[in-house]
Amino acid sequence: MTAPLPTSLVDNPRLDRWIRFLPDRTVRIATGKVEIGQGIVTALGQIAADELDLPYARVVVLSGNTDEGPDELYTSSSHSIEIGGSAVRLVCAEVRAKALERVALRLNCSPTDITVAEGRFIQNGVETGQDYWTVAGEIDLSQNVKGTTAPKATIAYAIVGQDIPRLDLPAKVSGAAFIHDVLEPGTLHARVLRQPNRGARLVSLDEAAIRRVAKGEFRILREANFVAFVGKEEGVVNAAAIAAEHHAEWDKVRRLTPEQQEAAWLKGQPSEDRPYGVPAPAMAPRNLVQATYSRPYVAHASLAPSCALAEYLDGHLTIQSHGQGMHPLRRNVAAALGIPIESITAKHLHGAGCYGHNGADDAAMDTALIAMRLPGERVRVRWRREEEFAFEPVGPAMLITLHVGLDELGYPADWTTEIWSPTHVQRPGSGGALLAAEALANPPAPAKPTDPPVERGGGATRNAIPLYDVPAHRILHHLTQNPPIRTSALRGLGALPNVFAIESMLDDLAARIGQDPLAYRLAILSDPRARRLLEQVAERCGWASRGTAGTGKGLGLGLAKYKNKSAYAAVVAAVTIDEEVRVERIWCVADAGVVVNPDGARNQLEGGIVQAISWTLKEQVRFDGQGISSRDWESYPILRFSEVPEMQVELVDGAGNPPLGIGECTCGPTAAAVGNAVAHALGARIHDMPFTRERVMKALL
Amino acid sequence: MSISFTVNGETRSVELEGSTSLLEVLRNHLGLTGTRFGCGLEQCGSCMVLVDGEPMQACSRDMATVAGRSVTTIEGLSTKDSLHPLQQAFLDEQAGQCGYCLSGILISAKALLDRNPNPSRTEIVAALDRHLCRCGAHQRILKAVERAASAMRGRSR
Repeated sequence: MTAPLPTSLVDNPRLDRWIRFLPDRTVRIATGKVEIGQGIVTALGQIAADELDLPYARVVVLSGNTDEGPDELYTSSSHSIEIGGSAVRLVCAEVRAKALERVALRLNCSPTDITVAEGRFIQNGVETGQDYWTVAGEIDLSQNVKGTTAPKATIAYAIVGQDIPRLDLPAKVSGAAFIHDVLEPGTLHARVLRQPNRGARLVSLDEAAIRRVAKGEFRILREANFVAFVGKEEGVVNAAAIAAEHHAEWDKVRRLTPEQQEAAWLKGQPSEDRPYGVPAPAMAPRNLVQATYSRPYVAHASLAPSCALAEYLDGHLTIQSHGQGMHPLRRNVAAALGIPIESITAKHLHGAGCYGHNGADDAAMDTALIAMRLPGERVRVRWRREEEFAFEPVGPAMLITLHVGLDELGYPADWTTEIWSPTHVQRPGSGGALLAAEALANPPAPAKPTDPPVERGGGATRNAIPLYDVPAHRILHHLTQNPPIRTSALRGLGALPNVFAIESMLDDLAARIGQDPLAYRLAILSDPRARRLLEQVAERCGWASRGTAGTGKGLGLGLAKYKNKSAYAAVVAAVTIDEEVRVERIWCVADAGVVVNPDGARNQLEGGIVQAISWTLKEQVRFDGQGISSRDWESYPILRFSEVPEMQVELVDGAGNPPLGIGECTCGPTAAAVGNAVAHALGARIHDMPFTRERVMKALL
Repeated sequence: MSISFTVNGETRSVELEGSTSLLEVLRNHLGLTGTRFGCGLEQCGSCMVLVDGEPMQACSRDMATVAGRSVTTIEGLSTKDSLHPLQQAFLDEQAGQCGYCLSGILISAKALLDRNPNPSRTEIVAALDRHLCRCGAHQRILKAVERAASAMRGRSR
């Protein structure tokens, strides 16, 4: 039986959506996945070159282009290698086979007599003078992919597995790389006065007062509750937008309170209750242990505020954006503007790392809306820093209570993960809307909150089921119906809070029976790939000589298999605590199957570790009456150079297993390792992130 | 108001009305877009440039304060033919992910190595601590600065 086609190929079956032979003797591979600093364009090029037997330099990758590239939805959820990469490999395998058929016909031989060396066709060891480009005209790429040509065996991979340097990095060390830097002469700059919240109504705007502050020429575009300031001087329109906040009067403004910024607030709020797994036992399990853990709302906090470019010319709208999916953006903007989808082209340009659904799509909609009102003008919107912090969707708060029934030996026999959380996915078109569309006269109706089901990797429920051998387990997910702010996808969705909770619980259960946390885990873990990682990371960090608890120094462990079906990571953290937590060292061993670009993969593992430490120790979005109040880097601090630990990160041999995405797999285990190391150092557990000085002091009391 | 200053070794003049930041002049008037806007509050380091050799954040520095002074931006690091050893070391270490922070970090690293050719890890951390990197490429960046320092010492011998 052949495996089902990757969804990317089901949605985009024509070969020419993926591959073209160009006259300059290169092959162009198109992908819907986009570069967000994770190295995907480099890695997909490696896969294509490998399968086609081409030198890497002969492959060029076109990424995120609605006119010419495939629709692969969003660049998210660690799917780009697993799904996008499989699609590219299958397409290349099939095109290679078609090329061999053509050349065999020309040479009157069998395709099996032909081998490929750097794109040239060799017949029984002899050069034929033929290559991909001599037969390219005879290969019908308008056909649909069949997916029946078996790709190379992993053992034959030559370019996959190499540390090919990132293609995008040279521009990024030379100051030329980002959408923010496309400042062509004549471009009109724009800034938006943000509607404070969905449903808020602009009562009055004192335009004269704004003009007194922002001296210079600019237009004010006003449509229902959407207001934009547009002009040639970026500084002038920026000043106008800042001034406008003080000269706009709104009603139906939602007031937030500091209590709502805490995960504990979620309990007791209206929710849709979504059970998963085996039914709860009729009677409470014997030896029931319960504990509650939490993570607050956290920000994507991209280093660059969102930016977009748009131009409406001769009835066609061209948008350039750093969003995670250009085809979805095109659909969503078309729907919001009420224009045919064919009249929009969306192209990806590089932005700063986004780590999920940030303000990128909203900035693109702002720009599109303004460009439609100013035909023939090239419009650029760049959000302000405080706008990004205050209006990007944030990662949802989560409150997790674990109810664990123990067997007579003290190991889990019955496990319930109970979760309170707002939705983790509110992308426009699937549960969410574009901000500017909400400000127009006929805003889209609010969608009923939803969350990805466990079968699709889960949202709040991601990694809520322990990886360990637990005879009965279930999830009770309370999906918050009316959260105070807009929440959406943040790196790993619920994986970090859930893994933090589960792994914290395991350490405490081990302590109940006086067992070492590593030994306790190995006693209830039959997955050989996971066991191997635990054993290896324990050896690397010298786990055997881990000291006693409560000394101010701690060593802690965390383990997860991302989404319970993707890459494995085991992490050990060493911390010291002197009022504040300092992570001194990290050891990480990961298993992501066959790795396309090992150095690039390690870079992603390291990044996930650092970001997870930052979330665990420092980050919380804060509210006041005006909305999100943490609007700069002082009120929303992230981990700095002086706080980043030494890291030793390894990938085990993939053993021929399929390649798995690695961008998110270290986040949960890292938070868990830090949590367990802190508990070891203090001799007391902190259940709530972030681990502030106040929480450390409280744990010590 | 006309203000003259030196950028990457060339004398430039700009005509400005009212107060304008050095960052806006570099990016919007002179087309030197390698210096990034990050926060506008001198909190993130994305807009770091050298003013008379000292690292300074350009986002809220009034242009009038740099009149007659010498500014170096990321575009001034490399020559037409070759990358600065710091840029090469960042590529060799693959020190970066999204790369948005790198212009500013390279500038601060250059200032450090110009005054201290053999910095310790602690000194490099201190020189870069004003800079935020959200992707978590810190350790690679520190190694890259050490690598560049070593390469530059080798070259000057």
